Amino acid sequence: MAEVLVLVDHANGTVRKTTAELLTIARRLGEPSAVFVGDGFDAAKETLAKYGAEKVYRVESADVTDYLVAPQAEVLAQLVEKTSPAAVLIPSNSAGKEVAARLAIKTESGLVTDAVDVQPKDGGGVLTTQSVFAGSYSVSATVTKGTPIVTVKPNSAAPEEAAGAAADEVVEVAVSDAAKTARITESKPKEATGRPELTEAAIVVSGGRGTGGDFSKVEDFADSLGAAVGASRAAVDAGWYPHTSQVGQTGKQVSPQLYVACGISGAIQHRAGMQTSKTIVAINKDEEAPIFELVDFGVVGDLFSVLPQATDAVKAARG
Amino acid sequence: MNIVVCVKYVPDAQSERTFNESDNTTDRVGVDGLLSELDEYAVEEALKIVEAGEGEVTVLTVGPDQAADAVKKALQMGADKGVHVNDEAIHGSDSVATSLVLAEAIKKIGDADLVLTGMASTDGTMSVVPAMLAERLGLPQVTFASELTVDGQQVTIRRDGDAASETIVASLPALVSVTDQINEPRYPSFKGIMAAKKKPVETWGLADLGVDASQVGLDAAWTKVESFTKRPPRQQGQIVTDEGDGGTKLAEFLSAQKFI
Repeated sequence: MAEVLVLVDHANGTVRKTTAELLTIARRLGEPSAVFVGDGFDAAKETLAKYGAEKVYRVESADVTDYLVAPQAEVLAQLVEKTSPAAVLIPSNSAGKEVAARLAIKTESGLVTDAVDVQPKDGGGVLTTQSVFAGSYSVSATVTKGTPIVTVKPNSAAPEEAAGAAADEVVEVAVSDAAKTARITESKPKEATGRPELTEAAIVVSGGRGTGGDFSKVEDFADSLGAAVGASRAAVDAGWYPHTSQVGQTGKQVSPQLYVACGISGAIQHRAGMQTSKTIVAINKDEEAPIFELVDFGVVGDLFSVLPQATDAVKAARG
Repeated sequence: MNIVVCVKYVPDAQSERTFNESDNTTDRVGVDGLLSELDEYAVEEALKIVEAGEGEVTVLTVGPDQAADAVKKALQMGADKGVHVNDEAIHGSDSVATSLVLAEAIKKIGDADLVLTGMASTDGTMSVVPAMLAERLGLPQVTFASELTVDGQQVTIRRDGDAASETIVASLPALVSVTDQINEPRYPSFKGIMAAKKKPVETWGLADLGVDASQVGLDAAWTKVESFTKRPPRQQGQIVTDEGDGGTKLAEFLSAQKFI
């Protein structure tokens, strides 16, 4: 069975949930081989084995970790050459998409980004599903040249455990000078919020213009549900919440089990980022707000009275 | 400082966007189009750099006849000249072929110190063309800049990531993509609109770039759209008006749906 390369998304060896999802998808297509770049392999090994990685290619060169995406693309190109995989699966975040873009050019291979499903195609190859035009269309595509390179969005598969050997093999890579021309000179870590990551969260609670800049009730409700907090573009542009929390066309695209829009009117900009959520709830003072066209449940009212009451009820129910 | 800004003509996100039934490509003709909003930030940033020093801003697009509007808008904002690559063979090109055409056009324009792009198009939203261009042109790639400074022979950007705020440095020439956080794009002034009419716009075909028609278009794409389906519109659910019990009702709904 052909190998399927999965680029591991991790922070110092703590493997993110998206990697378990990718390994699960990889098993449909062939034999999963994880590609681990950076430090912390010992911490990561157990998780990779648990989700079925038979092999792990390890790259620990500082050349690769300090220089952004170009060296990672070179590493993957060398592995594609060496292993002739059935596909390469990469997390669909901004860095992942850039690695994939460069890999596609290097290996003359077709690229599909932001897939929400990947299945084996009859007669070989892969069949991908993407959600386009603000979630209004679903598109099925195939790769017709080279090795299918697919970036996959978070929450595209439920991680399923399957024991793998996770036999590691250190890969020596030669990173070209050209790949080292852009360098990170400073990195200031953000303060951790303790909340789940926006694109991976099962529940997202977002605030918009209707918060008037006070996100406390939105955050309290999110915390009662163990949810991530998002924000509309209006709230971000007003400086009320960081851009990294923006949900919408120019921010994050989320697809959680439950999305709660608080004081958000629901412009197309915002819809593009949340329309594929499974269940949608909105609270808005304006009964004409377009967001209500999308909701499974809506409350016409002031979020400053509705949210605290709902928060108390959730806390009471959860004990 | 010579800056080339790559811009895209896209179907207006406010209108009903769709596909051509015949070949599964994006309908760019039957829908109102415009300069991709996210590219305005790249045009603005280029203008600011040149206004603070010296140099020239060339705006480059690849697209059908209507795409000339995207070039015109950038010229009205203040760009110095335009290049429109327009060739029937390009119809249906994927990002791989588009990046090839853009790369050859940038080479033909010549002497670019900086290539600027938006963070994504508002139609395809793949965000991959900047990386592909950097790969093809052999340029350092610095993407998602929310701040940009050019100093002598290097460019420094700030990128706000999820986990950290990073400072990234690259030597010129370089390729930089900018986010919608970097500036506030100007509206074309009356003077700008009038001046744009006299600005030079060159229209190039594939032959001008030495690109063979077999390298672009739908048949040359490395991926194929097999089918597209319109998602059924979401059915509006229950709407209640808060009469002092809105929060309780919301919690009841969440409980019934097993979220609590």
